[in-house]
Amino acid sequence: MYKRLPDAAAAAPAVLLTIDGADFAARAGDTVAAALLAAGYDACRTTPVTGAPRGPFCLMGVCFDCLAVVDGLPNQQTCLIPVRAGMRIERQQGAAVFGPAAGSGQGPR
Amino acid sequence: MAREHDIAVIGGGLVGGAIAYGLARLGRRVCLYDEGDVAYRASRGNFGLVWVQGKGQGLAPYGGWTQRSVRRFAEFAALLREDTGIDVALEQPGGFHLCLSDAELAHRVDQLTRLVAQQGFERYAFEVLDRAALAQRLPGLGPQVAGATYCRLDGHLNPLRLLRALHAAFLERGGTYRASAKVEAIAREGGAFAVRTATGRAEAGQVVLTAGLGNATLAPQVGLTATVRPQRGMIVVLERVRRFLDYPLATLRQTDEGTVLIGDSQEEVGFDDTLATAVLATLASRAVQVFPFLRDARVNRTWAALRVMSPDGFPIYEQSASAPGAFVVTCHSGVTLAAAHALELAPRIAAGALGADLSPFSSERLHVQKAA
Amino acid sequence: MTLPERCDVVVVGAGPAGLAAAVECARAGAATVILDEQAGPGGQIYRAITSTPMQNRDVLGADYWHGATLVAALQGSGATYVPRAAAFAVSRADGGGFEVGVASGGAAALIRAGQVILATGALERPFPIPGWTLPGVIAAGAAQILLKTAGLVPEGPVVLAGTGPLLYLVAAQFARVGAAIDCLLDTTPPGRIRDAWPHAGAFLASPYAAKGFALLRQARASTRIVRGVERLEALGAQRLASVRYTVGGRATEIPAAALLLHQGVVPDINLSNAIGCDHRWHAARSCFEPVVDVYGATSAAGITVAGDGAGIAGAQAAEARGTLAGLHALAALGRIDAGERDNRAAEAKARVARWTRGRAFVDALYRPPDAFRMPLGDTVVCRCEEITAEQVIATARLGCPGPNQMKSFLRCGMGPCQGRLCGLTVTEMIARERGVSPAEVGYYRLRFPVKPITLGELASLPQTTASTQAVVRMKAH
Repeated sequence: MYKRLPDAAAAAPAVLLTIDGADFAARAGDTVAAALLAAGYDACRTTPVTGAPRGPFCLMGVCFDCLAVVDGLPNQQTCLIPVRAGMRIERQQGAAVFGPAAGSGQGPR
Repeated sequence: MAREHDIAVIGGGLVGGAIAYGLARLGRRVCLYDEGDVAYRASRGNFGLVWVQGKGQGLAPYGGWTQRSVRRFAEFAALLREDTGIDVALEQPGGFHLCLSDAELAHRVDQLTRLVAQQGFERYAFEVLDRAALAQRLPGLGPQVAGATYCRLDGHLNPLRLLRALHAAFLERGGTYRASAKVEAIAREGGAFAVRTATGRAEAGQVVLTAGLGNATLAPQVGLTATVRPQRGMIVVLERVRRFLDYPLATLRQTDEGTVLIGDSQEEVGFDDTLATAVLATLASRAVQVFPFLRDARVNRTWAALRVMSPDGFPIYEQSASAPGAFVVTCHSGVTLAAAHALELAPRIAAGALGADLSPFSSERLHVQKAA
Repeated sequence: MTLPERCDVVVVGAGPAGLAAAVECARAGAATVILDEQAGPGGQIYRAITSTPMQNRDVLGADYWHGATLVAALQGSGATYVPRAAAFAVSRADGGGFEVGVASGGAAALIRAGQVILATGALERPFPIPGWTLPGVIAAGAAQILLKTAGLVPEGPVVLAGTGPLLYLVAAQFARVGAAIDCLLDTTPPGRIRDAWPHAGAFLASPYAAKGFALLRQARASTRIVRGVERLEALGAQRLASVRYTVGGRATEIPAAALLLHQGVVPDINLSNAIGCDHRWHAARSCFEPVVDVYGATSAAGITVAGDGAGIAGAQAAEARGTLAGLHALAALGRIDAGERDNRAAEAKARVARWTRGRAFVDALYRPPDAFRMPLGDTVVCRCEEITAEQVIATARLGCPGPNQMKSFLRCGMGPCQGRLCGLTVTEMIARERGVSPAEVGYYRLRFPVKPITLGELASLPQTTASTQAVVRMKAH
């Protein structure tokens, strides 16, 4: 879990967004990854290969473990996206879903 | 020098791998020579189709040979799994060739009709679907797709896993694999073949050239010709996506891992396997027309690889007249023909004769074509 | 995206090297575009320099705040700075120069440039230990980024582990904000100082010595340091719960809510690799680096690499090399002649010398032990595709000659990170199995895009008649 230092808590205005439908007050200047960690989620997804839980690791755009669904778009690198008021963040389960996931159920979860 | 191996197979791609495996299954002592980690390697750029539809215009026996391979593929995949535990993810639900305009569709139907009507062609059925019928089989289909042709015989598999399974099965059957061993010369020496690499020399009773583009320089050394040229193809690979597609399309397929492969381009640019953004843009743009919802999926990587093309695009299978025991095997459909190569061609090589039914694939036909 | 169609110089990366290069080019009147995928300038070392909530300068320190002067210089220089823009491809354009593919805000575009300066910097060396993929385990640099960008610190127990100066810096910075660190597990092998000793003279004479000693003192004052750690494991079911470490053959397990890993940084070579620049294996630093001359010029004419992306030497050296790369580009464009370039370069070259003196000592002292560079068993090597060490070793033993064949057999390196977190590990593991140098084994061959773009963005790039003919063919299959 992560806590906000007092300097930082005062420094910037709150940015209201939702994580998995629940309201959360991030801070202006946070990346989505930072907001997830501040909100107590150290896992933002499960992998498409084995379903293992993963969370942000490098925080600089190279590890691709911080992926989540942002405003309906899956596989977003949350450490590169600044938070915005009204943003909808959802933890991602397995592979990205696009269009009709109408297949026979084979392949990744 | 004692002959270590019965047969040397030169080139460890899908063609060499299948032949080497087939020979090893028959109990032959086989040495498979392969280049190093960075090489042209058409087999790393393969799309993965196990495809019948549309093949054989101008050489009817090719249609039959392709069908023979496809019919035996399930058996072949099962043998590989038995030997290695590796599942090559073969699926044969039939495949679609999509057309993005009425003109394309009309041209395609005409092509296939003429194809199956050829003298001596082993006919198969194909369906013509209009947009409405197609959209039911392919949910999310884009509005610009005019229709498609469908053939029940078509399928796909995981081509990299096929290559890995062939290598593993070959070793399992007692084969010897020499990596980073580019063959520089082959000479006929006293009834055997001496194969020279940078690090040494070994003898074998027979030699099979499956070195792709490398066959062009190796073949003449054993009295064969392999006029092959590189043809560049590019592939766009998307990240894993929840399964949305149950059938292979000629230019787009979803793999068993969930990634999406998009092809298929053909360029004559010599030995240039670098990428061209414009071609990738065209591939991407057509894919977005086929499945508009993929526009937000990310491109994970792109590939350019060099197909091994004979002058007429058909395989060359031939035994050397001046150096019997030396064979050349080359084609650009290493996946589709893998079953036939392992289960039908390898036994003939082991027996020392390709057989009359494979004579249409000798290079003789190319001399005739040239002369004509 | 406000991206011009053409310019004289594209600089990829707005860390110290990129900023210095862009300033040098723009001040000389060259039309300069500097791209960076982050929302603000500074790269990673000066991350969030224009927006950090940690305004008390004592927390992040004077070295960090130096970055503000670089950003101020950028703002006055005339360069076009484009944030949240990722350069995904660089290819030669017909008629000379380059086409740089840029993805930004859901669109992709090509920008024509005469010269390209790559300043993509470094990333943390992979640190594959059992359990390193568990939520709760992050890179130490990542923890520093959370502090810089958002004023967030992990709640305890917090364990730092690995080797290298950044660990001590993080410990010191955390102490300054009152964030407790349970312990620092130091994997620097005992006696390593002996290997580093030949370089000690240069180190002691360098700016690093005083800083280094001060940092060590602060780190020791801030937390318990356990030295000579031989083995590390992150344990837990769905997230990190404890850390087990071994010293002198004895294992100890301690509870942990956050494990911060670090064993040095290595150049990010994905773009220079995909472009086709020559690279070489640097044995002392155990990593691949692009082959460059003193100005950063690579084997690909018109492409220079500046900063840590050319070889790890720290922020001050990166800034000086950025100046050199900028001067080189100006000369290549014909804006200055070679003589003027060399004259103006003298000061920057002296700075490079000053700030690289002493690096050899640091490199030798903090060279990560073999066990932490080449794991065993079910330790994950490729995080994206979840390939383990035993799978890599078994495949290498089948005769797999190198990482590209390994990639095609196992999928390691095929995930979205494009080998950034597994490439060095795989190369070294294959080299060990084969009994040859990593130089001989080589590295993954990378292709564009080196940063993700969507299918739709790719489709929006220009097509040509030739490309259409290559794809839309109305002839036999």
